[in-house]
Formats: sequence, C-alpha cells, structure tokens
Amino acid sequence: MAQKESSLKNMIISLVVISFVASLALGGIYTITKEPIELAIKAKQENAIKEVLPAFDSLYSFKILPDNGKDSMSIHTAYRGDTLVGTAVSTYSNLGYNATQIQLMVGFLPDSKIQKISIVQQSETPGLGTKMTEPKFKEQFNGKNPAEFKLKVKKDGGQVDAITAATISSRAFCDAVDRAYETYQKKGEK
Amino acid sequence: MNQWKNFTKGFVRENPILVLVLGTCPTLAVTTSSINGIGMGLATTFVLAGSNAVVSLVKSTIPDKVRIPAFVVIIASFVTIVQLLMQAYTPSLYDALGIFIPLIVVNCIVLGRAEAYASKQGVFSSLIDGLGMGLGFTMALFILGAFREAVGNASFMGHKFADGDGILVFILSPGAFIALGYFIALMNRIKKTS
Repeated sequence: MAQKESSLKNMIISLVVISFVASLALGGIYTITKEPIELAIKAKQENAIKEVLPAFDSLYSFKILPDNGKDSMSIHTAYRGDTLVGTAVSTYSNLGYNATQIQLMVGFLPDSKIQKISIVQQSETPGLGTKMTEPKFKEQFNGKNPAEFKLKVKKDGGQVDAITAATISSRAFCDAVDRAYETYQKKGEK
Repeated sequence: MNQWKNFTKGFVRENPILVLVLGTCPTLAVTTSSINGIGMGLATTFVLAGSNAVVSLVKSTIPDKVRIPAFVVIIASFVTIVQLLMQAYTPSLYDALGIFIPLIVVNCIVLGRAEAYASKQGVFSSLIDGLGMGLGFTMALFILGAFREAVGNASFMGHKFADGDGILVFILSPGAFIALGYFIALMNRIKKTS
C-alpha cells in the first residue's frame, strides 16, 4: 500500500483515529487494573499496620490534617476486645533526598511509646539512604517515648544515630516520625 | 536478513546502550542494582516490541508529516499500559522503579527503532527487532546494575556477599558514568577482535 499523502485532511483523520484507538485501549486497561491496584495499595497499608502493632481484632481508621504538613494523615486505632492495644499513624516526609515522598507507618502503644516503624515507601539513594530500612537504624526508635527521646539526628542536637553518609535521609525519617507523634498527641486531646 | 540475525543484533552488534549509546538517561539512573536493571529492561522490551509491531502495522496509513506525533501516541499508550499492569500485579517492582516507568516514553531507543526500523519493515521483523533490541538493553542494564551493586554495595540481587559498604561512588551518579565508560570500552574491544 502506498504512503498516504500528507494533506491536511489525511493528517487530521489519521491522528484522530490513532488517538481514539489509544484512548479506548487505555480506558479498557484502566478499568481492568483499577481493582487490583486498589487492593494492592490497601494490602500494603494493612500489612504495615499489622507489622507495627501488637495483635488486635478490630481496627478503626480516620483522617486528620497535621499542623505542620500539607497532606492529611490516616490514624488507625486497634482494639482487642474493648481495650486499646495501640495506634498506627501513617506518616510522611517531603524532606527526603529524592523527590518521592517517604512514607512510614509508626505504631504507638497506649503509653505513647513507639512500638515499631515500618517503611511503606521510600526511594532514597540505594546503598546510602535505603539503609533506613535496615534494623540497625529503624529499630533504635523501638520502645522510645518521643516525649523524652528527642526525634532529631545527633548533628542537630537530637538523640537519633544518623545513617553514615545519609544525614538528609535520616533527617527526613525523623521528620516523619515527629509528625506522626504530633498527630498522635493531637488525637489524644480530642 | 534472517530473523535470528535480526534478533541477536541487539545484543552485541547494535546493542542500544553499549554501541548505539541510546537511552542513557534511564540507564544511568536505574542501574543502581541488578534487580532494577532487569525490571526496567523488561518493561522497555515490552514497550519496544509492542510499539514496533503497531507502528509497522499502521505505517502506510500515517501521512509522513505527522508520523512522529502518531508514533509518540502509540508509544505513550504502551508505556501507560505497562505502568498500570505493573502497579496492579507487581507492586514491589513498581515501587522500586517509580518515576522511571513513565520515562520509558522519552527513551530514545523506542522512538529510534520505530523511526529507523519499524516504519520501513514488516510487522514480524519489527516485532523481532523490538524483542532483540529490548533484551539487549535488558542485558546491558543487568550487567551495569550487577557491577555497580557489587562494587558499590557488596551485594548481588539484593543479597550481601561481604560485610561493609563498598566503593560508594559507584552507587552514585558519577559511578554510573565511570562504569558505563568501562563497558563501552570493553564492548569496542570485543567488536574489534571478533
């Protein structure tokens, strides 16, 4: 078949047809993948909550807007029977080394001690900032009460041991945990 | 040209990264680990094969003057499809590759093959060309990623094989340029002798 002549009519028709077919294909794929994507995101959240809290059998979630941040944060309170066993706060920081937000799930026990922290999303420099996912760094927060434990790296006058050569990532991590704690306290006032 | 030769040219003779030096932006950015390299490579392979086949299929109905916008729409659609599928079925890989998936659109190899090969050849040849080029790209990304991960972080496929930190510069961007330079030199040597 010979090449179509580049007349205005031909050009418009071919572009319209191609765009139309492309949008149909995209719409179709979007509808198919919408549910699995939502499920995947939800499963990730739930796994993170389970990881940072003691065993629970009912969970209540609500959203709150922190004073020192732009995005709202979700708080999940976990009960076993009628007793509160812990609160998981999904928190974030925009101070990371890369443009992608750092997202953490921080679990607080009823006495405001940090139970455990799980990293939901991060894209820090591999081999440097990604060390935040290693136990050596993130487990130093376990069992600490932010009221007494200053959530800042030692360089900034806090008590957190920063990751070698990744002070920015460590600061961002502290920022996120600090935001979680403030939101957790605010929830306590209500 | 027989199809086997057509398929294998992407690995050595016309390797997209080490010989043509196309698509170096994502190459340098994602090859911090071997797993990232493979993921990015396979995603690009899918896009390349798909867009090559479609471009070849519709080439005679597209007027010459609007062929580039038409190719870009086709390529962008494939990239979005890959992105949605990865997000739905391999969330951990999607998290690892993040921003680089949408960046496949601007990868010169994809448009380059559509323009230089698929817009002149038959559907089947174009599909094979896309697969070969994509897998050659994957291979180069994997080698580069494995090298940088091994030297910079003392690990392979995410498993540490030695204690300590390795040579940090290879994990950072300058190390990517240095490593790529070594491999291009090596490739030129191999091509000269064969």
